[in-house]
Amino acid sequence: MRALAVLLLLAAPAQAEPVSGYDFLMPETQALQDDDFANPGLLWVDQGAALWAQEGCTGCHGDATGSMRGVGAHYPVWSDERDRIVTIDEQIDYCRTERLGLDPLPRGATDMTALDAYVMHQSRGLPVAVALDRPELTEAHARGEEYYYTPRGQLDLACADCHVTNEGMRLRGEVLSQGQANGFPIYRQLWQDIGSLDRMIRWCHESVRAAPPADDDPVWEDLELYLRARGNGLPVETPAVRR
Amino acid sequence: MFNTRIRVPETAAAGEAVEIRAMIMHPMDNGFTYSTQGTLIPVNIITDFTCRYLGEVVVQVRLEPGISANPIFTFSLRATESGPVEFEWIDQNGDVTTASADLTVT
Ligand code: HEC
Ligand code: HEC
Repeated sequence: MRALAVLLLLAAPAQAEPVSGYDFLMPETQALQDDDFANPGLLWVDQGAALWAQEGCTGCHGDATGSMRGVGAHYPVWSDERDRIVTIDEQIDYCRTERLGLDPLPRGATDMTALDAYVMHQSRGLPVAVALDRPELTEAHARGEEYYYTPRGQLDLACADCHVTNEGMRLRGEVLSQGQANGFPIYRQLWQDIGSLDRMIRWCHESVRAAPPADDDPVWEDLELYLRARGNGLPVETPAVRR
Repeated sequence: MFNTRIRVPETAAAGEAVEIRAMIMHPMDNGFTYSTQGTLIPVNIITDFTCRYLGEVVVQVRLEPGISANPIFTFSLRATESGPVEFEWIDQNGDVTTASADLTVT
């Protein structure tokens, strides 16, 4: 019996507990994230709050601190109406363009990241809870996972080679974390700037000298779904501070 | 005008030293970095920061390149009378950003 149990344990796929990038930081960086005044990411949260009022989100959603509490923690979601996966940025831009008649914001635009940060910030402290409860989502998740484990670039490395196999190891000056998405948008000290998940993924592609997918490639949504679901249970930290 | 964050306590006892914090969203480009396209990013910085309490200058700072982005200033202020605490940042082009809060002395 005992031998069988051991065998079963060995056969189970290694499913590491999710650990936030926060736990891989130096105490000084953690303290900056925890400082409710000095966390520089809050500058963009403030900007998002101003845009929320200026652009007219209040008209339908009222005060975001109530209406958006917990919303970001569930994204990406499946939309029947649009017949596609919708990330938080896409949902925000959908409301902007379809409901407010505004021009779409390009990926990575500061206003987009600010609104994203503001909406995600309303879920701070709540556990990431991305549902994979329908075939469209589980299929997209599987495609995201495949992308994650596929080597690419001149260095021929997969996301997993750094963030799973070498978690906790040093890569030059960096300590490799699990590459979790629970803090996005993040204030990254290296950039001295805020960055969306999109920006981070591009940076990681660059670090292995790979071209990121084309802007309109649906694998962006698949990968975001996979990354966020991978962190299910971790607290939303937006705006996280990272090195 | 750039986005700012300021922290001034709402109330203070007369004679109390209170902590004041002020931060501004600014890239503070030092003139030595390159864009992802390989072009040199020119110097672009805030050059002056001033804090006034009851209309009087209490802190004045001259900034140079080499200060990190989104600079934050933290200092103590001795509360004497109720009145405004005003902040002013000036960038290298002379553009002025202001913010202020009222401190009530009890
Ligand atoms: C060569 C190693 C390497 C590879 C390959 C790599 N990354 Fe990263 N990644 C890093 C480093 C270094 C950081 C910053 C430090 C850290 O959190 O690990 C990082 C950070 C991240 C973060 C932010 C973590 C946080 O806590 O904020 C995410 C998300 C991420 N990577 C996703 C990916 C994805 C998706 C891929 C594949 C497309 C990938 N990475 C491939 C090195 C890598
Ligand atoms: C005319 C009304 C209207 C306006 C204005 C509007 N929205 Fe929405 N929003 C909706 C509706 C209706 C939904 C429900 C989901 C759907 O159909 O897209 C929604 C959903 C959302 C969600 C997802 C909520 C959830 O529970 O999944 C977010 C986030 C959001 N809106 C952000 C914004 C932002 C940011 C703005 C301002 C730029 C904005 N909305 C302006 C009507 C509006």
